[in-house]
Amino acid sequence: MTRALWKFRLGMTAAAVGGLSSLAMAQSLGDAEFNVVDRGRYLSILSDCAACHTAPGGRPFAGGLSIETPFGNLVTPNITPDRETGIGKYTKDDFQRVMSEGIGRGGYHLYAAMPYPAYTKMTAEDNAALFAYLQTLQPVKNQVEVNQLPFPYNQRWSLFGWNALNFTAGVFKPNADKSKQWNRGAYLVQGPGHCGTCHTPKNALGGDKDSEALQGFVIQGWNAPNITTDQHKGIGSWSADDIVAYLKTGANRFDLASGPMAEVVTKSTSKISDSDLAAIATYLKDSGETSTAASAAIAQSEPVMKAGAALYADRCSGCHTPAGEGIPKLFPRLADAPLVNADDATSLIHVVLAGSRAGSTDAVSTSPAMPAFDWNMSDEQVASVLTYVRNSWGNAAPAVKPADVASLRDHLKKQ
Amino acid sequence: MATKLPHTDVAIIGLGWTGAIVASELTAAGLDVVAIERGPWRDTARDFSIASVPDELRYVHRQELMLRTAQNTVTVRNDPSETALPMRNWGSFHPGNGTGGAGNHWAGITFRFQPQEFRLKSYLQERYGPTAIPDELTLQDWGTDWNEMEPFYTAFDRIVGTSGKAGNLRGQIQEGGNPFEGPRSEEYPTKPLRQPYGPVLFAKAAAEMGYRPFPVPSSLISEPYTNPLGVTMGPCTFCGFCTNYGCANYSKASPIVNILPALVRRQNFTARTNSEVLKVLTDSTRKKATGVLFADTSGEEWEQPADLVVVGAFTFENVRLMLLSGIGKPYDPSTGEGTTGRNYCYQTANGVQLFFDDKNFNPFIGGGAVGMGIDEFNNDNFDHSGLGFFGGGSIRVTPIGAAPISYRPVPPGTPAWGKEWKKATVKNYLSAMSIGCEASSYATRNNYLSLDPTYTDRFGRPLLRITFDFPENDLKMAQYCTSKVADIARHMGPRQMVENPMKGHWNTVPYQSSHVVGGFIMGENPANSCVNKYLQSWDVPNLFVVGASAFPQNPGYNPTGTAAALAFKAADAIKNIYLKDPGPMVRT
Repeated sequence: MTRALWKFRLGMTAAAVGGLSSLAMAQSLGDAEFNVVDRGRYLSILSDCAACHTAPGGRPFAGGLSIETPFGNLVTPNITPDRETGIGKYTKDDFQRVMSEGIGRGGYHLYAAMPYPAYTKMTAEDNAALFAYLQTLQPVKNQVEVNQLPFPYNQRWSLFGWNALNFTAGVFKPNADKSKQWNRGAYLVQGPGHCGTCHTPKNALGGDKDSEALQGFVIQGWNAPNITTDQHKGIGSWSADDIVAYLKTGANRFDLASGPMAEVVTKSTSKISDSDLAAIATYLKDSGETSTAASAAIAQSEPVMKAGAALYADRCSGCHTPAGEGIPKLFPRLADAPLVNADDATSLIHVVLAGSRAGSTDAVSTSPAMPAFDWNMSDEQVASVLTYVRNSWGNAAPAVKPADVASLRDHLKKQ
Repeated sequence: MATKLPHTDVAIIGLGWTGAIVASELTAAGLDVVAIERGPWRDTARDFSIASVPDELRYVHRQELMLRTAQNTVTVRNDPSETALPMRNWGSFHPGNGTGGAGNHWAGITFRFQPQEFRLKSYLQERYGPTAIPDELTLQDWGTDWNEMEPFYTAFDRIVGTSGKAGNLRGQIQEGGNPFEGPRSEEYPTKPLRQPYGPVLFAKAAAEMGYRPFPVPSSLISEPYTNPLGVTMGPCTFCGFCTNYGCANYSKASPIVNILPALVRRQNFTARTNSEVLKVLTDSTRKKATGVLFADTSGEEWEQPADLVVVGAFTFENVRLMLLSGIGKPYDPSTGEGTTGRNYCYQTANGVQLFFDDKNFNPFIGGGAVGMGIDEFNNDNFDHSGLGFFGGGSIRVTPIGAAPISYRPVPPGTPAWGKEWKKATVKNYLSAMSIGCEASSYATRNNYLSLDPTYTDRFGRPLLRITFDFPENDLKMAQYCTSKVADIARHMGPRQMVENPMKGHWNTVPYQSSHVVGGFIMGENPANSCVNKYLQSWDVPNLFVVGASAFPQNPGYNPTGTAAALAFKAADAIKNIYLKDPGPMVRT
């Protein structure tokens, strides 16, 4: 079926000059037809390939972005079709193996910073289209030293064991009990969208805790929040339309995308088709009940809450409004907000210390910013005001400790 | 030798209100636009953080948003017999710089001019007789009228979300609005701001005296607003850091809040910042602009070829660029001939300060355009028969927010420093207020703009020379209107009041207003104006000069709303008339 979409073109290009051995794999050498390439282009947006495979200020897809992992740094490879430094020598089958098994050309194991545990769910047809698109890009010569991990993590053989413990290969299997739209959404979220790469809690080895899918995880100094239907900590209060608005425009009546999600929206989800966004929303609204009971809020009479209330009035209320309601599309709502109620306050500490800027999309172009307060608020003040925010107006969440603020402050200084 | 850049459809000089509006309208129509701005890129999120923007020393005293006089300034004198000297510090007015221009540091007051203003000379002659206008004045009609202007005022209101209450909706006078305004086609986009105590007290007194107070139209807005370009503003928090500041809350409309976030996403828009335009280039016939010449920060010169050139800098630079580029004939006050530089006008600032014992105004609560006003003594809203002058002013209480360093409302006679000064500050800080009267400035034969014969900028180009003094007409008007303000003040029952009508000669200090207008004025015919009613140069039909430089005189209102409406008017004419048949749009 797919093969019919591929054309054999013998008369062409430097790529074909490699001799018989190349011609034996000629299915990788012909240019695919428009429909396949364009489907691949769309899949590259769904998968947000360029986000990781582009260095700041660098050529798209030419790699070179440093990815911080708990085990050390990895640098993303060049996936333009340059034969020496990119994936110009890859065949479609080589690429399929990368996506479905996490195994690179020549048989080495990839680190799971490349989200192959998600991409394994992608169909061979989609992978072929994505590969066809990548092969049409302008080759860029850019040598990247991917593996910058310290010993022992730099030993790729160790990944055999990791995969055995954490990785289940296999394409997405539709649920016959659910609608076509639900299944499309599930495929997008679990496969190309690789939402769980950030939003699913990880075990000590960095593998997904599948039983807690999409319940939130702290990654690179940000808390990727719980995006299940949990009413308190998740996005249970968001309607399907709210989810679509957020992904399409970067803003809805509750929140604005900022931090790493701002980039996801601007580069990926704002360019996804309306029907796919609706499918994602349908799946997220029906991905299992995970509601947790809200803990009791800390009493307003506590000294930390009084201090926080005064700081909030002085520093925060001008934009976020005195009752934490915010201004849609401009200043995020803090009352009854999933991110605010998350057990982990990393993102909140992060935006207070370092500031953050919302993404800009055609529909919502203002791109407002939260200013940094690291220069004029102490660890105690940040902890107090966040504890107050996390326990006011219907919110209830554990107090923020000054030590947590100090630790993230140190981390951010090193960046 | 300038390096020639690729051709573009439109080159725009300046990215303040007028440049940004024209760029937005023309890119939306599919034209390729290159905008060239002499100052830096400015952005609310990066430059106007709420944690650092309320800094009076930085923005008021060190004037961070203003043009540096080392880059460009003006020379000044009161009359043509004097030798002008350069301003080395801004005082009387504040030319802005960078994207947003003066639209970053404005107060946000957004009046529309009244219908009679657009044909002021004809109107006054009809009402008071053909010889009633004093010889001193060179008042003119604008060559346009209210019906032509109204849609473009509305277009600007929709972009900035202006807060206010209509006083005249499609001819029906509305309770609570300004009954003297021209008929509006629609209500303000957002409801009026809440009023602090000072304006409330003033409005009560004014109403008791039979006047009709209304909320000052404000582009510091009262409620969240998303404009037609998709950018969102938040409600004003009355922080009081507006005039001379950028707004951190996205509450004060500015080009960088309301237009540029959408504009920069368009593929057919390019901005070149830190690039100073040296002149508008014309071909050998001098009837056609071929583009603009500009210099970057290294002094390298670049030629930007373009089919259309739109000049949207501040009043001073609009006129200077026309003089430097040889567009039109320079005005000569001794003969009255020439049009470039003619009818330069200002604004006549008056006020009355009130000291109470039993009031608390909490003066730190405020905003640049928050307040209540009356229009009974503005322009020709009252009978001028036998008064010996024309014009008037907008009387209003607009507590702009007490500046932490500068606000020291002490009565005359208080020592300027020391214990008594401190005591007087404490006594009066909370309980003083003032009523302002922003009044008209009418054109005279001797008030004009020209190139300075002596002083040059770093490129060797002559500076602009201002020749200006207050006309007798305006000084009489100031006395009269200030006495009317004093009547209201007296009714409010203060312990002490101090009248400050504009008196004597114009001086470059202190700050009075940045409402400098005219010099490249619009009108009905090329004998006494520079641009037609579409802001199109009479001499060079593919050149448009947009902004307050086009006002033939200045009524008793703030100019931004009208400068912006003219930008929409020019863009509309380019889209709907000029592009279909390039050439002069008004034949004479």
